Amino acid sequence: MPEGIQLKNISGNNLEQCLKCSICTAYCPVSAVEPAYPGPKHSGPDLERYRLKDNRFFDEALKMCLNCKRCEVACPSGVRIADIIQASRIKYSTHGPILRDRMLANTDFVGTMANRVAPIVNTTLGLKPVKAVLHGVMGIDKHRSFPAYSSQKFETWFKRNAAPKQDGYRKHVSYFHGCYVNYNFPQLGKDLVKIMNAAGYGVHLLEKEKCCGVALIANGLSKQARRQGEVNINSIRKSAEKGRVVLTTSSTCTFTMRDEYAHLLGIKTDDIRESLTLATRFLYRLIERGEIKLAFRKDFRMRAAYHSACHMEKMGWVVYSTELLKMIPGLELVMLDSQCCGIAGTYGFKKENYERSQQIGSGLFTQIKEVNPDCVTTDCETCKWQIEMSTGYEVKNPVSILAEALDVEETIRLNGV
Amino acid sequence: MSSVLNKDYDVIIIGGGITGAGTARDCALRGLRVLLVEKSDFTNGATGRNHGLLHSGARYAVTDPESASECIKENMILRRIARHCVEESDGLFITLPEDDIHYQATFVEACGKAGIKASVISPEEARRIEPSVNPDLVGAVRVPDASIDPFHLTTANILDARRHGADILTYHEVTGLTVRNGRIEGVQLRDNHTGEDSEAHCRLVINAAGIWGHGIVGMAGIKLNMFPAKGTLLVFGHRVNNMVINRCRKPADADILVPDDTVCVVGTTSDRVPYETIDDLKVTQEEVDLLIKEGEKLAPSLATTRILRAYAGVRPLVAADNDPSGRSISRGIICLDHEKRDGLAGLITITGGKMMTYRLMAEQATDLACRKLGVDAKCRTAVLPLPGTEGKSGDRPRHVYSTAHNAAEGRQGNRVQEVSETSEEDRSLVCECEEVSVGEVKYAIEELHVHDLLNLRRRTRVGMGTCQGELCACRAAGVMCRTGMEADKALADLRSFINERWKGMRPVAWGSTLDEAQLTAVIYQGLLGLAAGKG
Repeated sequence: MPEGIQLKNISGNNLEQCLKCSICTAYCPVSAVEPAYPGPKHSGPDLERYRLKDNRFFDEALKMCLNCKRCEVACPSGVRIADIIQASRIKYSTHGPILRDRMLANTDFVGTMANRVAPIVNTTLGLKPVKAVLHGVMGIDKHRSFPAYSSQKFETWFKRNAAPKQDGYRKHVSYFHGCYVNYNFPQLGKDLVKIMNAAGYGVHLLEKEKCCGVALIANGLSKQARRQGEVNINSIRKSAEKGRVVLTTSSTCTFTMRDEYAHLLGIKTDDIRESLTLATRFLYRLIERGEIKLAFRKDFRMRAAYHSACHMEKMGWVVYSTELLKMIPGLELVMLDSQCCGIAGTYGFKKENYERSQQIGSGLFTQIKEVNPDCVTTDCETCKWQIEMSTGYEVKNPVSILAEALDVEETIRLNGV
Repeated sequence: MSSVLNKDYDVIIIGGGITGAGTARDCALRGLRVLLVEKSDFTNGATGRNHGLLHSGARYAVTDPESASECIKENMILRRIARHCVEESDGLFITLPEDDIHYQATFVEACGKAGIKASVISPEEARRIEPSVNPDLVGAVRVPDASIDPFHLTTANILDARRHGADILTYHEVTGLTVRNGRIEGVQLRDNHTGEDSEAHCRLVINAAGIWGHGIVGMAGIKLNMFPAKGTLLVFGHRVNNMVINRCRKPADADILVPDDTVCVVGTTSDRVPYETIDDLKVTQEEVDLLIKEGEKLAPSLATTRILRAYAGVRPLVAADNDPSGRSISRGIICLDHEKRDGLAGLITITGGKMMTYRLMAEQATDLACRKLGVDAKCRTAVLPLPGTEGKSGDRPRHVYSTAHNAAEGRQGNRVQEVSETSEEDRSLVCECEEVSVGEVKYAIEELHVHDLLNLRRRTRVGMGTCQGELCACRAAGVMCRTGMEADKALADLRSFINERWKGMRPVAWGSTLDEAQLTAVIYQGLLGLAAGKG
């Protein structure tokens, strides 16, 4: 027998490691509520064999996939099921993105325009007639509210108020703020700067930052996503070369750049993957290694419920955020069952998905109401919109809670800044 | 059953492979009263155990010009009459650095002589049109090879024969030939399901039993020099190639890779085996190793592609007549008139040839039969489309059909209109890997001579996908029960089906294939409590 032939003939084709056990389908939030969806196993590894034969076997039902990656977390054989589904949508879908999809996907462009006239946009988008037009003409569901646009971009605030001081620190990190922080919620970025500065780290923006492109990928605009991805990765690489780890405060942006770039867009990321991480993970590891200490206010009291965003589950990073939160003496943290909230970025904004989206999240919404916390906390901004809209509870990023609870003076003293 | 056996037939055809099925169709179309008998299932022999390659003839152009021109003619005919069984993929004959590039010119010239369109293309062009091809190639020729599904081709021939009055009996084995006054007058049969014996009468017997034809004529004391040549093939988990890939050199082992439906198949080996072993062929480790090693040279990605199973068939090769040494073996069509050859009237043997020249073989055998029976009727099988291809597609333009519907259309052709899609149950899937619906299974059970899961697999591809029956076998057995099979029998059938699947996986049981087999064992033995049984 030729040497090692069996060892070598282990399938390099991810789809063939599927043993058809169907555990992924049992875990799929869409399959649970939508009988018309073929489920991850069937949509992914099964049908891919037919699509390889003839692209007319591409099924538009694949658009029902949330790309939550819970199938991949469940798979005992390590099959990248959702990647197979997303890649086939990129490769085979003949229905191009409509105007609505382009608008939802181009967070950078729309955000820049909206910031300039934020008060008008915010008011207008909330008006019933406008919502009716968006629903009827654009296909954006009337139940949805767009997150409010901020009148000042995070980048503008940072350059005016924070940037000059940053070089004075001994240690440095970069910050990929993402669209949400930049256009809608600069406070989260300010919170991170506050914590990092207190711990002795200077925070810097990347040379160039574009939207991570998660919405572009989901809406069939992969070419544009690839262009933006190249810009981001180049900037991240430059930062890494200077020894500056790139922090983020959005689980989805992080996941997209670390995994989807390589798997779906063919962007080379292996050299910088470890230099890109979620702020909570970075902080937890520093504390664990004894490199920094955080001090918290004695008078801080909060009862928060943690929601595990799908992409946090996929990265396996839930533990960093929750362990970090548990260090706050005045915080009572309740773990919610890990389940998808149903929004999946722009997915839930679409009229055709709205009802399914709410059905998927219904278990989570019920549990939140039962727990009745002071607020919900999660690492994903789109989960925040969905939970706030569907339950009425306020949702905060763990970084914001840390910043709120932080005893800045004491932290500065402990870290000898 | 007795009504069948009380009839007087013009012709009894022995063998339910593609040759027998095609001959039954041709005879029936010419107005003969036909009975076809098969000891097991259709396509159980060499028909169901080959590449599924619709040769352009290029492979034989240099070494066997006669076969080559037969192939290209039949190739063009089958594209018309059996469109639903053919995938017009085209093929490449590649020259690798270790091959003699001068052979290419000889090859192209020979193709031209045989009437095969062969165009030399650059290695770059070859890599562009077939990205899986070995990138080291130094030359490539494009030819009209294609893939053809022998299971569905046989089914279509059977259906048309039946429609023109032929009677068909599967699981009926010929146990003796009835000879009176130097003339065959019928056959003795045993029902392999019930063990019952019976007899059928006819004016003429056509022996289309492939390698088993040796035993058939032996019953009349006639010797046929058949040389069983085993060919082993490997089925891969998905298609790596969309064109047939061949080596541009003299035919050798493992030098053809064919995309068949959702898989691709590499083969074959060629080894003379003793006649006694043909009912229980075993694939050896050496054969598997050779196929992987040579297959990699056609498409390097095969080396890291999961192998679903290995299988072997026996070519019915015959020594040129009355050459007891067997030196002058022919791969061409052999049509023997045993009246002339052996002095036994009423017996014809049709053998040799290739799966894809079955129609020509059937035509030759039927021409001879008609002459003997004094029937004057022209062969029409080259122009009349087979059921599945004939008529128009019933699909509405721009309507979106389910993948199961599209997959079923790939198997049954236009007959997909007969598959019920009305109820939710009929639309649900039995086999998820191969997209076989409950409706299609029911259709096969009602129309396509299905008695057990093995039959069902050959008519629909149930259990032929990645999971090799892991999820679909018990569902299919369930549908069989619903349509009248007794539960005990279905359970025994399920067990033998799972064992049959394992037989093919065993020679390649490592990596994911082994994992899959273990999961299957856990599901059937551990979870469902199916006893191991024998085998």
